[in-house]
Amino acid sequence: MAFKIASSPHLTQHNQTHTVMQRVLLCALPGVAVQCYFFGFGSLIQIILAISVALLCEAAVLFLRKRAIKSTLNDNSAMLTALLLAISIPPLAPWWVIVIGTCFAIGIVKHLYGGLGQNIFNPAMAAYVMLLIAFPVQMTTWVAPNSIALHPVGLLQSIQYIFTHMPQASIDSYQLGVDGISMATPLDTVKTSLSSGLTMQESLQNRIFADGLPVGWLWINLAYLVGGLAMLKLKLIRWQISVGVLCSLFILSSIGFILNPDSHLGPLVHLFSGATMLSAFFIATDPVTAATSLKGRLLFGALIGILVYVIRTFGGYPDAFAFAVLLANLCAPFIDYYVKPRAYGHRISH
Amino acid sequence: MSEYKNIAWQGLWKNNPGLVQLLGLCPLLAVTTTLTNALGLGLATLLVLMGSNILVSLVRDYVPKEIRIPVFVMIIAALVTTVQLLINAYAYGLYLSLGIFLPLIVTNCVIIGRAEAFASRNNVFKAAFDGLMMGLGFTLVLALLGAIREILSQGTLFSGADQLLGPWAKGLTIQLWQVDTNFLLAMLPPGAFIGMGLLIALKNVIDTQWTIRHPITSPDAPTRARITKVS
Repeated sequence: MAFKIASSPHLTQHNQTHTVMQRVLLCALPGVAVQCYFFGFGSLIQIILAISVALLCEAAVLFLRKRAIKSTLNDNSAMLTALLLAISIPPLAPWWVIVIGTCFAIGIVKHLYGGLGQNIFNPAMAAYVMLLIAFPVQMTTWVAPNSIALHPVGLLQSIQYIFTHMPQASIDSYQLGVDGISMATPLDTVKTSLSSGLTMQESLQNRIFADGLPVGWLWINLAYLVGGLAMLKLKLIRWQISVGVLCSLFILSSIGFILNPDSHLGPLVHLFSGATMLSAFFIATDPVTAATSLKGRLLFGALIGILVYVIRTFGGYPDAFAFAVLLANLCAPFIDYYVKPRAYGHRISH
Repeated sequence: MSEYKNIAWQGLWKNNPGLVQLLGLCPLLAVTTTLTNALGLGLATLLVLMGSNILVSLVRDYVPKEIRIPVFVMIIAALVTTVQLLINAYAYGLYLSLGIFLPLIVTNCVIIGRAEAFASRNNVFKAAFDGLMMGLGFTLVLALLGAIREILSQGTLFSGADQLLGPWAKGLTIQLWQVDTNFLLAMLPPGAFIGMGLLIALKNVIDTQWTIRHPITSPDAPTRARITKVS
């Protein structure tokens, strides 16, 4: 009988960065498709623009850093960052918004810290926050969902809005909704109505809600949920972070809703509007910037959920995932320090 | 003469208070939103720095070592008050836009740092020259950062120069390009931090390139077989 000696690990997975990233990209496709269905081709143009800029920018930085360009570009991580940023910003934002954001994400957030695997912040979310702070008007002018818009935007019109310089007068009429294109997001609508003295029930009468659930956003979130479940099935992510985010958000919003339904959004609206599902499955689970131990991931996810609920309810911004993810990124090393997994053979307490 | 050259080199480049010593970061990051503000605060700091260096150098033999720091601080505070009153009188607009950062020059570590490290150990002429060069180095970094942030955020240079120099300077404002939306990030504190970081990086790159092109070939280099640190 042959006695073969092989060193551990004996079960290996042939998961390389580029295949993992590629699969994550594929899993995001249903969500992207639904988003394009509801908000027109704007998102698609933004994605194409973002990916091309991201690849160019990454190649330029790698050239400056004298690193291997082709093999790094092949790992698809820049493409994923670009995709996540492009679907987070308003579909009809001017072209320079996404260009500046992508260059910031790749050049400053990712490569100044040492490239993939070294960055402490999620590049897409850091860039999103930068854009939100730098261009508040462009970043909060969202498009009305096609099904309730007066004038749905076609492909050519989207290109025209994104690339041509609109004169100021037209932007004003555009914001007043004269041409029926732009509209606040559901969370933004609720925030504005509540601050102008309406109750929650009255705010939900806005035409962006149907039966108390946001039009369009519900389906987008469901599509990202499907993509996220597929990622779980493919073992691209672990369940801890996503479950942590969704459970803490659900529990907190239920408590708020039960205590005071007049001024708190219900848990279902919290879970199915804004960037909830996208962030819970695709953004918070970024392997580089999240906590690494299993218990730590659960805590990390719960922290994001709590922060999102607190900022959405009491903060100045309607949606909060970018801020919550960045703050949780900061806490990730701290969490990992205190929830070290027990090495086999060691006792828990000492 | 080479001693003075060395002082100038230290103040302007090698030991620049803004880029290398990283002293006085608070005003450096806070007021550099426009070139005019940056120049105004830089020149005020330069004046205070020169004055304090001269005075500290003059009294250095008469101040007991134990209480030198309080004495230096009082000298600096008196000078800052003078400069503040002068700016209040002759450049009121600038006085308003610099706000709290003008009296806060008194806490700027560059000034007490140079008083303690240089002026209290050298004669008046060297101390004055050191104050001038350190102040110039600080002002240059402020002006550079202010210019970068102003160009990025508003597309202008020298906007509001009339606050610093009087009404004739209105024509100095240069509109580099027309922006519909200001790039707020450059105007806000994060932009200052990012810009400062990039400036320091640029200086380090230049230094590295310089040492690569001009390797140090000093005749008295250590000849030990195992060298742990070459200073």
